[in-house]
Amino acid sequence: MKTIILRTASNYMLPLLLIFSVFILLRGHYLPGGGFVGGLIASIAFVLHAFANGLGDTRKLLHFHPGFLMPTGLALSFLSGVSPLIFTGEPFMTGLWYPEHLPIVGNLGSALFFDIGVYLVVQGVTLTIIFTISEST
Amino acid sequence: MLTAILSGFVFSIFLVFAGKFLKGKLAVLSALVPLALFVYFLSFLPQVAAGEVIRQEIAWVPSLGLDLNFSLDGLSLLFSLLITGIGFLVFAYTAEYLKNHDYLDRFYGYLGMFMGAMLGLVLSDNLLSMFIFWELTSISSFFLIGFNNTSEASRKSAVLALAITGSGGFLLLAGALLLGNVAGSYDISEMVGLSSNIISSDYYIWIVILLFGAAFTKSAQFPFHFWLPGAMKAPTPVSTYLHSATMVKAGIYLLLRFTPVLGGEDIWNTTLITVGGITMFYAAVHTLFRTDLKGVLAYSTISVLGLLVFLIGLGTQYALTAAAVYIVVHALYKATLFLITGIIDHETGTRDVTRLSGLRKVMMPVAVAGLLAALSSAGMPPFVGFIGKDLVYESTLEMGNWAVFLTVLAIATNILVLYAGFVAGIKPFTGPLPNDFKKVHLPGILMWIPPVILALLGIIVGIFPGIINDSIIAPVVNAVGMEGSAVHLKLWHGFNLVLGLSAITLATGILLYAVFKPSAKKERGIARLDFIAPLTLITNFGHGFKAFSNWWTRIFQNGFLRNYVSTIILFLVVLVGYSLFADQNEIPIDLSSFSRMTYYEMIIMGIMFLAILFVVGARSRLTAVVAMGVVGYAICLMFVIYSAPDLAMTQFSIDTLTVILFVLVLSSLPKYLSISDYRMKAVDGILSISFGVLITFIALEVLGEPVNKEVSDFYAENAYVLAKGKNVVNVILVDFRGVDTLMEISVLTIAAIGVFSLLKLRLRRDDRELKD
Repeated sequence: MKTIILRTASNYMLPLLLIFSVFILLRGHYLPGGGFVGGLIASIAFVLHAFANGLGDTRKLLHFHPGFLMPTGLALSFLSGVSPLIFTGEPFMTGLWYPEHLPIVGNLGSALFFDIGVYLVVQGVTLTIIFTISEST
Repeated sequence: MLTAILSGFVFSIFLVFAGKFLKGKLAVLSALVPLALFVYFLSFLPQVAAGEVIRQEIAWVPSLGLDLNFSLDGLSLLFSLLITGIGFLVFAYTAEYLKNHDYLDRFYGYLGMFMGAMLGLVLSDNLLSMFIFWELTSISSFFLIGFNNTSEASRKSAVLALAITGSGGFLLLAGALLLGNVAGSYDISEMVGLSSNIISSDYYIWIVILLFGAAFTKSAQFPFHFWLPGAMKAPTPVSTYLHSATMVKAGIYLLLRFTPVLGGEDIWNTTLITVGGITMFYAAVHTLFRTDLKGVLAYSTISVLGLLVFLIGLGTQYALTAAAVYIVVHALYKATLFLITGIIDHETGTRDVTRLSGLRKVMMPVAVAGLLAALSSAGMPPFVGFIGKDLVYESTLEMGNWAVFLTVLAIATNILVLYAGFVAGIKPFTGPLPNDFKKVHLPGILMWIPPVILALLGIIVGIFPGIINDSIIAPVVNAVGMEGSAVHLKLWHGFNLVLGLSAITLATGILLYAVFKPSAKKERGIARLDFIAPLTLITNFGHGFKAFSNWWTRIFQNGFLRNYVSTIILFLVVLVGYSLFADQNEIPIDLSSFSRMTYYEMIIMGIMFLAILFVVGARSRLTAVVAMGVVGYAICLMFVIYSAPDLAMTQFSIDTLTVILFVLVLSSLPKYLSISDYRMKAVDGILSISFGVLITFIALEVLGEPVNKEVSDFYAENAYVLAKGKNVVNVILVDFRGVDTLMEISVLTIAAIGVFSLLKLRLRRDDRELKD
């Protein structure tokens, strides 16, 4: 499927879709969206790129195996769950919030980091599965 | 006391690092560990004899009632002394027996582990920690039986022993939990006070059955006895230590320990007398038909274990005293006989009793030890065995109506045990010395001293029973809830009935030994009855169960995804359908509450319906997958219309990725001309339609029920207040039920790793060939 149209389009689509996925991730706390959907959209972006340019190019672009996103994300989610234990002595998964209201992000809290973790894991899982299967065929 | 228990384990761990140094000439040094422990426990002797109970309590997992509470009373002390004392001799003996063996360090490691576990078992006052140590003894026994891991027979016996004793451990755990719940505490010392409550509880019978299961498997009672002869595949020091002197007596210990808690009831006494009686006689008869020295000893050990269970079952003052004395007697003479057998095996290379004779000419001290042990096992005065046997007869004679029967049974068993003792302790040393054995010589001093010490102890204690009377036996009798001060061990009771019975036993036994010669022919003869032996029955049951499991797995785990899905849906339809329609005849359907269908909903339904037709009629997989994708997108649109944008977004992305995934997978599958035939289509069609109908009914039923909004209201109200989020769905995901999400992403990760390793980490062809 190496058509010139798709290839050119995918080069512009990739950053756009990635930004969109981050947007979806960040708005999740107030409006439809969140880490899970965001992660899926980001993976679709990469899969689209891989379809247009071949898997090798996408791999080169990523620099590392998407599998590494899984432990990173899991660790981030877990640490954000553990953070209240460490910082305030409250139980596991208690939300910690930064008191000021920030532009773009809104309220900054441990839940956001938890969602970012989900975002990374979902990407890692989807891309690992799809890349592995498409490599083996 | 914790230190004493741990020292065994620490010693084993130490060997992991320092094993090389201890393998050579220094091996004998390892015997210092049990020796030190023996001296340590000996130092408690005066205190315990004075009736004190030494306790040590360490909280471990108090919330589970699991504490490391240790208590040292007469019973524990008797076992501790046996474990460390015989342990010391066995450790020393092993240094010579397995001299220059490659894995001598490993062997000592297992022995050390066993010693620690066994000490823990007899010292634990907490039933749960006792269970842990109980299991550890089974595990170390497994390693020791399978020590010659290159021999298939060893490995089989090890697994068999583990299976039997392990299932017993399981029963012990169940019994312990039940007992702990009934008593409200896992401390055995507290249970003694609550004895009457426990006995009157509804669960009493179950507790007794479970504990019996544990004790009978561990102590090789009929019909679970067969693992013990198999366990003789272990090197002889192991047979001496675990499978004669200590570990197999763990079941006896358990029964003695719980006599004051659970004993005195009919079911307790009758079961123990029956099982013990059958075991002791059955095993004793078996000794007649064995030609392997260790086989003879194994069966006579089982017989004595049966006798002990039998005595505990009698449950009288005399009987329990007899049991305590018999534990000492048996440990002394049986360990001697085993060690001697080990020497014979080591020096001549055979244990075939029909070939061995005349060895006294080449190994005199061993022959003397053998003679002493055989006489003690026969119950000849002035050996300690005589005192034991006397007490047995005295206790059976008390039993009223059953006295005659039980006494005859005990006499018959004793005659056969005498025979076994003579075959193992006297026969190899008498008669002419065959030419093959002319060059046989005495082994190293470390090997022949331990049996001589044990044999001499047998006669010394026999002549001066006062040595063990007040110091050991009386406290043991106290510990099992009887009056210890009434115990007076004596060699000479005057001319009475018991002495006459003893004389009959001795005379008949010696006559039997003189007339009946073990031979391979007789062994083959009894082997013809193997088809009804418990071993065969249970092995056959095992094979049958395996075949059944294979069949079951083949049917349900056949590797066809479509069959799994069909099975799951079929069961769902049947079970849910049954529960849905069984209770009520009518599903309350309230059509009036339904809103009118709009034209765009109809269009979406139409698209969905067309797509489904495409799926069903598709000639290639790709078409089917793409059509399925269309169905998925149509559902997304439905979500959008019914204001579930989160769901719609997720469903949309998932559907896209699923189609991509399917396409990737499908390209590597072979092409089909027809995906399925008409019959399969019909079956699948019926299944899916009934599933759809069922789901529809459930949805309608749910709509008809009054809705409980408590949970959703809570989330809606508190999402912003507690979690500062306005999107309730997302707040639930990342905050309210964040732990669920954490688990879910972990599961996703595991799935991805699974896919990756299935596809990437396959052995390449050349690697695979190398492995083969």
